[in-house]
Amino acid sequence: MPTIIEEGKDTIIFVTKEDHEAPSNAELVEEDPNDPYEERGLILPSGEINWNCPCLGGMASGPCGSEFKEAFSCFHYSKEEVKGSECLDQFRSMQECMQRYPELYPQEDEKDEKDKQEQATESGANAASEGQKDNDTTESEVKS
Amino acid sequence: MLKCRAVWRKLAPLARSASTQCRHNVKTALNNGRRQAFVPATHMSTGPAGGGGSENTLYVVLVGAACLGGGAYAYMTVRGDSKRYEERISELASRSAKEAPESQPPVAPEPEEAAPTSEESAPVAELSGETESASAEEPVTEVPAEPAAPVVEEEAPTEPAVTSLPESAPAPEPVSAPLTLPSHAPYLLIGGGTASFAAARSIRARDPGAKVLIVTDEPNLPYMRPPLSKELWFSDDPSVTETLRFKQWNGKERSIYFQPSSFYVKPEELTSAENGGVAVLTGKKVIQMDVRGNKVKLDDDTEISYDKCLIGTGGVPRNLQVIEKAGDEVMNRTTLFRKIEDFKSLDNVSRNVKSITIIGGGFLGSELACALGRRSSETGLEVIQMFPEKGNMGKVLPEYLSNWTTEKVKKEGVRIVPEALVKSVAFKEDKLEILLKDGRQVKTDHIVAAVGLEPNVDLAKSAGLEVDSDFGGYRVNAELQARSNIWVAGDAACFYDIRLGRRRVEHHDHAVVSGRLAGENMTGANKPYWHQSMFWSDLGPDVGYEAIGIVDSSLPTVGVFAKATSKDTPKAATEQSGTGIRSESETEATAVTPVASSTPAPVMEHKDEYGKGVIFYLRDKVVVGIILWNVFNRMPIARKIIKDGEEHADLNEVAKLFNIHED
Repeated sequence: MPTIIEEGKDTIIFVTKEDHEAPSNAELVEEDPNDPYEERGLILPSGEINWNCPCLGGMASGPCGSEFKEAFSCFHYSKEEVKGSECLDQFRSMQECMQRYPELYPQEDEKDEKDKQEQATESGANAASEGQKDNDTTESEVKS
Repeated sequence: MLKCRAVWRKLAPLARSASTQCRHNVKTALNNGRRQAFVPATHMSTGPAGGGGSENTLYVVLVGAACLGGGAYAYMTVRGDSKRYEERISELASRSAKEAPESQPPVAPEPEEAAPTSEESAPVAELSGETESASAEEPVTEVPAEPAAPVVEEEAPTEPAVTSLPESAPAPEPVSAPLTLPSHAPYLLIGGGTASFAAARSIRARDPGAKVLIVTDEPNLPYMRPPLSKELWFSDDPSVTETLRFKQWNGKERSIYFQPSSFYVKPEELTSAENGGVAVLTGKKVIQMDVRGNKVKLDDDTEISYDKCLIGTGGVPRNLQVIEKAGDEVMNRTTLFRKIEDFKSLDNVSRNVKSITIIGGGFLGSELACALGRRSSETGLEVIQMFPEKGNMGKVLPEYLSNWTTEKVKKEGVRIVPEALVKSVAFKEDKLEILLKDGRQVKTDHIVAAVGLEPNVDLAKSAGLEVDSDFGGYRVNAELQARSNIWVAGDAACFYDIRLGRRRVEHHDHAVVSGRLAGENMTGANKPYWHQSMFWSDLGPDVGYEAIGIVDSSLPTVGVFAKATSKDTPKAATEQSGTGIRSESETEATAVTPVASSTPAPVMEHKDEYGKGVIFYLRDKVVVGIILWNVFNRMPIARKIIKDGEEHADLNEVAKLFNIHED
């Protein structure tokens, strides 16, 4: 049983693992997947890309932002069997742009960036379908 | 008037007769091909006296000539005027077109420089001669903001032979205008801190090609503040004060600057940047704001107009009145900690004095005390912390937890002087003597005052913006808007939180969240403050907590604790998630793969009663604030509970949602 101590206006409860074994009966309000106020993940409920998603870091807002947006949009809307196979030009121009700013887009991490984007897309897609993922906003920066 | 009329009456008959005769003559001349004598048989009574044919002819000739001359003159004048008009209009048009793109100024000196190096002496002489003539012509043409425009128009006709010039200067751009800063910025962000940077990023993400100008009175590009009182102090690198890079627990290194300088566009190039960009104008302070005219005035008297403006001026550290009155000797030995330069100076001081006293027991004071305390173990530095409350974080944590935390801070090597109200500070015998109201005395070499932040509302008066009397700062609505086209974010914003009521928040994540929201609203989103920001604090490697909402120790609290294991420390949390700064771990959980921890987690004492847990802060039985005590990566659940705003009968059941016993 939990130990409960009252110290003035403050209540202190000590619980063991067993005390917390039973599932919680606290009721949470159901989430509205179309809540306009909510922070969105990478993919908006409309299916569009949320360029302001913290998960993108500064990719959409930096000097190569427009190239990135074009490449990623093309990839996102691609219906080819190999997704994004028709977007090579856009990705190439994005890469060319990024090569001009090695400080911002470190070359050795480029592959990681691509992987990260793919991960972000997948998780973003999951978020869209589940509507529960909470992409918090407390982001810091582009990975160094 | 009457005289005119009289004269006219006299002339009229003459005119009439002359004109009818004139017309008649023309008609008959045309018809017959030869000049006819005056045809009408009857003479008009008003005809010229004497009715001489030759006189009439003379009149006709004179009048005809006058008519022709007058007509010709009128025609020439009108044509000349229209030509001048056309020229003027085209000049204005080309000038306004060039006013927006300020490319001329930056490009101008470059071709000038490039030209001499790439050309032979002859063309160079011509070139310099030409630019001189061009600049001589500039005063002649009206004084435009861009001398560029008329230069273009004149250069082409005057020196068609100098082909090298058009080659060195790109076709539409002229040459000799000086470097000028933008006089208009579509998005103007006042202040170069976290809120402004977050807004800039948000604007750029949503408005492609946006041109964002950040104006800051600091000499630095935007940077993050939390490491200044935490991670930077734990760095092993002796040059850390220069590099401002810190190694996170997981080994990843990063700079406190949000982005390196290559990310930004130069202010002079902002207006002409094809895809827009973010430019930072450092070392300039906005001193006046003209809301009606949509423009601001800088401390060097330049004016910048804007379409949308964000005020992210943050605040200035407060000082104790007794210190301000204590004189220069004391003031010179007092640090008000906020900026990079304060970090550098305090780092230097800490290496050169024997004793430092921190006044203030809140976040900043406690973090600095722990950081300096850690250093004290190496250098023998005495670190003292004094505050009016009973324990560290006394205004945030419930008493039992505040006491527990104070013990931890003591273990970091800090001498705590609680319940201390400073009466006076004096400089005596090469030492600062702090006299407390209850008679206690503390002697030290240097003081760090961490007694709060005064929000910077300098522009309120000139801009006509409302200042909040309860919380300080600019009063804004739930969408962070102060007035049309003006938003406020970060420390300076007193905003309406739909869930928690009007408040002002001085935390890093709030600056990010509100800055991002302001940026969204500046690009037309119209969203209220809804996503609740969080904050965190680490007091040494063993005590760390994340919090969200209103965390005020005067509220009734319910704390649910479990026994902590060695895995529940801030260090372990960041190692596991592979990220550095705590808040980062939240957002980028989607995109980052965890780094495997290679070092075993430190062993922790198991005697601690408050090892890990969740503390709920209640207002009218509704949870308005939550602290996650040594429990990490559960902020989304906490956020959800606050968002719901429900009354929960048993908070232990709510605590179950956090799975505090697990990792």
